[in-house]
Amino acid sequence: MNKTWNNKAWWMVLPVVLLVAFSAVIPLMTVVNYSVQDTFGNNQFFWAGLQWFEEIVNSERFHAALGRQFIFSAVILAIEIPLGILIAMNMPKKGWAVPVCLVLMSLPLLIPWNVVGTIWQIFGRVDIGLLGAAANKLGIDYNYTRDIGDAWFTVVIMDVWHWTSLVALLCYAGLQSIPEAYYQAARIDGASGWAVFRYIQLPKMRGVLLIAVLLRFMDSFMIYTEPFVVTGGGPGNATTFLSIDLVKMAIGQFDLGPAAAFSLVYFLIILLLSWVFYTVMTNLDKQGR
Amino acid sequence: MDLSWMAWTWQTALFFSLIFLTLVGMGVWSIKAPQAPRLGILRIETTPGDRLFISLLGSAFICLGWLAAFGSPLWWAVLICLVYAFAVFRWV
Repeated sequence: MNKTWNNKAWWMVLPVVLLVAFSAVIPLMTVVNYSVQDTFGNNQFFWAGLQWFEEIVNSERFHAALGRQFIFSAVILAIEIPLGILIAMNMPKKGWAVPVCLVLMSLPLLIPWNVVGTIWQIFGRVDIGLLGAAANKLGIDYNYTRDIGDAWFTVVIMDVWHWTSLVALLCYAGLQSIPEAYYQAARIDGASGWAVFRYIQLPKMRGVLLIAVLLRFMDSFMIYTEPFVVTGGGPGNATTFLSIDLVKMAIGQFDLGPAAAFSLVYFLIILLLSWVFYTVMTNLDKQGR
Repeated sequence: MDLSWMAWTWQTALFFSLIFLTLVGMGVWSIKAPQAPRLGILRIETTPGDRLFISLLGSAFICLGWLAAFGSPLWWAVLICLVYAFAVFRWV
């Protein structure tokens, strides 16, 4: 039988290709184009070559922001992933409590970033905020506008409050998909709670956990709105993460060239890390480990 | 159509033309001589497209590393990138 080859359907893809080119590819090319030039406004550009890239890779300011960014992502992952698993394992498995629990867990996820920032900005204030005022009444010297440790504490707790539910819900979905027979077999074998977790629940949650880690890592690595609203990057530069620094440079100082070089390096780091996560994920799946 | 407001330079045009030509070349190559994914020294399955991606991404970091260590020009870094890309296509 002769198959008819007709590739005309590919033209159907054209609109989306044009749309992506207009909204993503050409803007990215524009950033590359700005990164090798300098401007003083009035839309006049001057060739700068690789100067901005040289400045960025040697810049103390960039290194510091990058370091803070890695620490922030590592800290929130180290808290949110185990906490999410713990919550998921203690959520009700059946009955009326399931929908109640799911709705309550989803609430933080529904709140927009800037609103979360505003909530915590007020919550932590020493004069009118419940957390700030209560802590100070109890004799704890807490002030996120003045103390670096307190600022980090607030930003980290805020992220944990906002996003642990996501990890918990993903893990809960993974746990619910384990057939009861596995647990019965474990009971017959006299397996301990730890053994059930280590050899049944954790392997069955691996897929959703990798997605949770990937999502939380990328989101936390790009975080902007919440810390910007709460601390504005301060005190000093203590909570100035990469995106906050980038916006300061691009919009505050209107240094388009250096900001373009900055965003390209930032983009390359995210691209590399996402590729590593993705590759590890898909290859673990293939090996079925 | 006047595009001068976008301030394009011939250097960026050349850069993107090279990448575009590479993509087209890889496309033609994959049609002429289709290759199955294979396991390389990284123990991950890669297609020629994956290897191009690894080469380009790695080259970007080699160039940034060169700029951090020695500054411009990048000619030697480009040479290292070519050797690196060859190695990726050969062994990864």
